[in-house]
Amino acid sequence: MKEEFKVISKLIDEKSRVLDVGCGDGILMEYLSKNKVVDVRGLEISKEKVKKCLSNGLAVVEGNAEYDLKQFPDLSFDYVILSQTLQAFMSPENVIKDLLRVGKKVIVTIPNFGHWKIRLDLLFKGEMPITKNLPYEWYNTPNLHMCTIQDFYNFCNNKGINIFKTISLNGQKTSKITPSNLKYKNLISELGIFLLEK
Amino acid sequence: MSNFNKIKSITIKQPLKLDCGKEISNFPLAYETYGNLNEKKDNAILIFHALTGDQFASGVNPVTNKEGWWNYAVGPGKAFDTEKFFVICANVIGGCMGSYGPGTVDPKTNKPIGTNFPVITINDMVNAQYNLLDHFKIEKLFAVAGGSMGGMQVLQFVSNFPNKAKVALPIACTASHSAQNIAFNELGRQAIMSDINWKDGLYDGETSNPDKGLAVARMAAHITYLSKKGLQEKFGRNLQERSDLKFGFDADFQIESYLRYQGSVFVDRFDANSYLYITRAMDYFDLTKQHGGNLSKAFKESKTKFFIISFTSDWLYPTPENKDIVIALNAIGADVGFVEIKTDKGHDSFLLDVPDFLSTIKNYLSTTYLNVNERRI
Repeated sequence: MKEEFKVISKLIDEKSRVLDVGCGDGILMEYLSKNKVVDVRGLEISKEKVKKCLSNGLAVVEGNAEYDLKQFPDLSFDYVILSQTLQAFMSPENVIKDLLRVGKKVIVTIPNFGHWKIRLDLLFKGEMPITKNLPYEWYNTPNLHMCTIQDFYNFCNNKGINIFKTISLNGQKTSKITPSNLKYKNLISELGIFLLEK
Repeated sequence: MSNFNKIKSITIKQPLKLDCGKEISNFPLAYETYGNLNEKKDNAILIFHALTGDQFASGVNPVTNKEGWWNYAVGPGKAFDTEKFFVICANVIGGCMGSYGPGTVDPKTNKPIGTNFPVITINDMVNAQYNLLDHFKIEKLFAVAGGSMGGMQVLQFVSNFPNKAKVALPIACTASHSAQNIAFNELGRQAIMSDINWKDGLYDGETSNPDKGLAVARMAAHITYLSKKGLQEKFGRNLQERSDLKFGFDADFQIESYLRYQGSVFVDRFDANSYLYITRAMDYFDLTKQHGGNLSKAFKESKTKFFIISFTSDWLYPTPENKDIVIALNAIGADVGFVEIKTDKGHDSFLLDVPDFLSTIKNYLSTTYLNVNERRI
């Protein structure tokens, strides 16, 4: 099990309604429904992945979050999860707005473009970095809007979005991110996990 | 059609109040079953047929000697696996395969009821079929499923009986029949009614039959079941058993010959008045209107799990109309899955060998059957 999913699962209270936006193969959905008493739904853009989810009996709807989040009423889920997908949207800002409208709480995870390996790649090689979390070439990447943990942190502050918890994930290691260690964590984290509220 | 005695049916004794205001009672409802009902009676699936279908979803139809209309989907090891599930399928009222319909002989006159048959609705069809649950003493169905008009019946069933099915599979359908679809149905009806042999619906079926009109209705409808790309790939401008155009009105093109054939075989198995009544029922279907303009209200009382499927090349019941159902369900936080299957086979996809479609249903049903019985729903 991906370490990220364990962290996400710990953030979610029992007996809550959860929407996994960009749920992929439904691995997180299955993990959540096995380990928690939760009512979990998914939204996924890839037909192949939706078919896989439905074959496993998961309640997943084929759709594009940029248009299809609109069909969910305000605050209709206790948690809305967006795992490593924000960077692929045309308009991440609008998607975040919609997530905060639909969910009472929102969990967003960000592949951190501020990680030291990425910075070194760019500094010494002068090429767009390719890593485990970001395995694409610049010309075929679906990731349109890469950001760092610091960037997303600033974004939330500027937009008046409350950050309840920020967790750093580096390999298997998790740690808390606080305003005082933010600069450092932005350098060493592969992934930032944010728990947000409007 | 000598094998009519091989048709199973129940007689519905208690009066059924129809939407048109009339009441019917003591009428037959023909059905067929596949597989076995288990001891717990929790493995029953009620399948609803489309416009020209009947109760013979699988195997060989004993009346027509043709394969069942959903042979690709229903049977041992298939999507609706009859080794696991007990599949029930009934002929809708208004139909012509043994259920009460315009072709039923009125004992008073010894003639078919014809257009004296009351106009029926999808709601009436579903209410009549609900009697099958009592007949088999099934407290709750595992699933209700159907494509096209069968899908409309699925939606109506859950709306009428919110907690009588654990799973609902409406496929390639709509919650509200569109103007375009009403138009196509009207075209078919006009073709039938302008046939001199229709005789205001009082043809006897033996010496006279509006075959020409019914065949044209079927030809027109058949085009709407296929996609442009599918037609082009299958027929293109290929000529029918000739090397050049004949400068006449015979079937020069393969597509013409194909449509004529589809029309001619259809009249052997279908009653023209049934075609009128059933298309009318589809046109009247507007579940949204039934619930004051809010489709979500149709499903508000239900805990049913929905799995909605549409097809990319279906322009008769296109994806947006199927998605409207998804949206209405999401609006009330219902348990809903939805996928649009990629295929060039048009609306007919749900009847054909579309492996992605069939395997997804098969897996969904077997996983969900385990899930709902473990976790209780």
